[in-house]
Amino acid sequence: MIGQALDRRDGTFKVTGRAAYSYERQDAGQAAHGYMVGAAVAKGRIVAIDVAMARRAPGVALVMTHQDVAPQGARDGTVAEQFARPWPVLIGDEVAFFGQPVALVVADTFEQARAAAALVVVTYATDAGAFDLAAHRGEAYTPKMAAAGFPADTCFGDLDRAMADTPVNVDVTYTTPHHFAQPMEPAACLASWNGDDLAVCVSVQGIAACRNALARTLLIAPERVHVDAAFVGGGFGSKLRLHEETVLAALASRRLQRPVKVAHTRRQVFNIAGHGPEMIHRVRLAARRDGTLLGIGHDVNMQGARREEYVEQAATVLRSLYAAPHRLTRHRVTNLDLNLGEAVRGPGEAPGLLAVESAMDELAIALDLDPIELRIRNEPDLDPERRVSFSGRRLVECMREGASRFGWAARPRRPASRREGDVLVGFGMSASIRACFQGATAAIVRMEPDGRVIVKSDMTDIGTGTLTILAQVAAGALNVPIAGVSVQLARSDLPVSAGSGGSWGASNTCNAVYRACDDLRRKVMGPASLWGREADLASEVARRFPDGVEGEGILPGMQDDPNYKEYSVNTYGANFAEVGVDVTTGEVRLRRMLGVFCAGRIVNPKTARSQVIGGMIWGVGAALHEAAHVDPRYGNFVNGDLAEYLVPVHADIPAIDAIMLDDFDDKANPLGIKGVGELGICGSGAAVANAVFNATGIRVRDFPITIEKLLPGLPVR
Amino acid sequence: MSSNVGRRTFLKTTAAAVLAATESGSNLQAVNAQTIAKASSAAPTRLTVNGNDLTVDLDSRTTLLDALREHLQLTGTKKGCDQGQCGACTVLVEGRRINSCLTLAVMHDGQAITTIEGLGTPDKLHPLQRAFVAHDGFQCGYCTPGQIMSAAGVLDEVSRGVPSHVTRDLTAAVRLNDTELRERMSGNICRCAAYPNIVAAIRDVAGYRA
Ligand code: FES
Ligand code: FES
Repeated sequence: MIGQALDRRDGTFKVTGRAAYSYERQDAGQAAHGYMVGAAVAKGRIVAIDVAMARRAPGVALVMTHQDVAPQGARDGTVAEQFARPWPVLIGDEVAFFGQPVALVVADTFEQARAAAALVVVTYATDAGAFDLAAHRGEAYTPKMAAAGFPADTCFGDLDRAMADTPVNVDVTYTTPHHFAQPMEPAACLASWNGDDLAVCVSVQGIAACRNALARTLLIAPERVHVDAAFVGGGFGSKLRLHEETVLAALASRRLQRPVKVAHTRRQVFNIAGHGPEMIHRVRLAARRDGTLLGIGHDVNMQGARREEYVEQAATVLRSLYAAPHRLTRHRVTNLDLNLGEAVRGPGEAPGLLAVESAMDELAIALDLDPIELRIRNEPDLDPERRVSFSGRRLVECMREGASRFGWAARPRRPASRREGDVLVGFGMSASIRACFQGATAAIVRMEPDGRVIVKSDMTDIGTGTLTILAQVAAGALNVPIAGVSVQLARSDLPVSAGSGGSWGASNTCNAVYRACDDLRRKVMGPASLWGREADLASEVARRFPDGVEGEGILPGMQDDPNYKEYSVNTYGANFAEVGVDVTTGEVRLRRMLGVFCAGRIVNPKTARSQVIGGMIWGVGAALHEAAHVDPRYGNFVNGDLAEYLVPVHADIPAIDAIMLDDFDDKANPLGIKGVGELGICGSGAAVANAVFNATGIRVRDFPITIEKLLPGLPVR
Repeated sequence: MSSNVGRRTFLKTTAAAVLAATESGSNLQAVNAQTIAKASSAAPTRLTVNGNDLTVDLDSRTTLLDALREHLQLTGTKKGCDQGQCGACTVLVEGRRINSCLTLAVMHDGQAITTIEGLGTPDKLHPLQRAFVAHDGFQCGYCTPGQIMSAAGVLDEVSRGVPSHVTRDLTAAVRLNDTELRERMSGNICRCAAYPNIVAAIRDVAGYRA
């Protein structure tokens, strides 16, 4: 079963419109509609808030502001699990970022709530804010840690000396912009109370984190919170944390004693849901003439926000990627009066590799060396900073396989040397690495006397294929037909997983389910030594377990798994892109793209390929399209909608293919699985950017590479 | 809005309301804004949805999208942006595709609407629905109903000879190919970025080769 390219189990529901996402759920009966009112200033204080007119408007049931909101748990950065921290709303009169919710209006219909929201009159005392990273970069501070448990800084040898002593080096500054997840389903919550119990149908990536965060915020016991996220319309990091819509829906529903639902408007997704922060990257590479790296350095200065620290792990990408004796990687944070940064697909790697893998291309040019050869010459034997072995590192194979399939040998050797009519043609490549994580996960597998199997986990399927792959694992492990396996997910009454995020959902949950199957079989068949007649499992259960039987499986977190201390566990890839650049207009068109990846055993090649291709397309977006721009006067995202914040659309995306190497990483976990959710976006943007350079000879170091940045260098003679 | 509020007044008060919300303070703006909240009235609207004749009492501000989702419980049609920028809300009105968030339900009195629920059912999938499953033309599924309805619209447009921005010869019969398809489908954003698979699915149904 593992390894079969099965169709998605929920496919029929999704293509017929029968999949009900949280705002659409009818479970609680007719819900009132909540509409959030956002602050119209980025920094200041609410001097007065007049809700009288809104309260009198037709259909309005409630207008809630900081003046009458119920007490909530305070923000608490000491709660170890970041996504389970309290997220209080409407607290006090202080405005910390543009669009921060300052009121919730609840009415019988959406139209009434929206109209009444426009009647809330807020008077602000506005303070001058700091919004521009470049202008304030000198105020950066040194954080204690980067996200995901990485040290903020690492230093080996003397990079400055290496830079001074080597004949060829690169010292360049790249910038990556504020970047948004923008899943197609705006975050939403339908809340209803039954006595002291709160039920939320909510659009989140992790059930347990949501439950705990909500309980801490509402000052109630976690057992009183019942979370259900049956269908989630994408997350990409933006639904890891609790957000205002969920807390507001819960508070309003408690006050009104009726179900209340609240969704972000698309503009509110830009204001509230968190962004990958803008960064300035200084990349230094010091090499001998033969391309051997003696020094590598990556300094990242990123936007932060005062109310909570978020240090995206962007300067970690070089730590395990290339060998070099002299190394320096550092994170710095510049607090601005903008919303808090949050994880966006490939946090760390997405912006980090964009800069680093572009700089590696610059070095290859300076050395006049094939960029693949440059990378191969700096392939480490051991993890260069942790000094432990790699588990299953096949980066070179990814590059070689990709080169041959893509026809890399036929690339234009010199930049700006190939022209087809008005189009300059270029090839580019990049390498990818993505650290693997493992989070404590439990699962239950139950077999009924009639042979039906039920898999239970609170893991979500946010488009990741979880429903399908867990059925595959259980059917394979128990040797039963997959049609007889049902999978229950994404509810807080189910065994706790680590949720969806960090590319660990498949490996965590598949392994826990596999162990649960093992436990089940042991209970029925006795010790493993007695097994062999597999088909007997179901008949044994029918004979001896009239109430059915359950197996439990647990996968420990990486801190309790020695393999994650003794090995450097990562996934790898190589991306190849061909672009055409119009010599007159500067328009860049992707022509084709290929990625070759090594990511452990692939449970379902069909869903895995889709996820990886999706990630590669995010790389195209990062290279060519996506940037949220802050108005330096007012601190708001000026292009906060899907017409102005450009994401790739059909016309931007030609044939793209992804190859997964046949792989199994026995150090990662018993099933040999690693994750693919983020691997596609790691480095892929740099392949596109390097292709643009190869086409035009113009190196744009300020992402995304848009027309106005290319035009001054065109036409190329 | 009530019938004696003209389009002009409506636009003016809308602008005032925006000012009131963002700049705050002025009573005059607030009074104007109040007009808006009152300027709604229920109007019985007749719609033929997926072949069923229905009459719904709708606040005249209700979009076709919200009429379907909130009043007829047809939640297969999705709200991705509510401002005409993503295509998640695509339905067919009198056989033509339309962003249902950009149009008021009352404007479609007496018209025939086809939503994803009407295109096919789990037991009897439309060929496009079947092809989307087979080619894995989605991940989270939130843009999917819009993609499929839009694809149905595209196939019909091509059969009627409607050219697109990338049609080279406006005098010849329109032939579907990948470039035409990608252009015509570009109003439907998929953030999961299932684009290559979506194109493969539609190509399969359209019956041309890449
Ligand atoms: S919801 Fe209508 S176009 Fe986005
Ligand atoms: S399938 Fe998720 S947005 Fe298209």
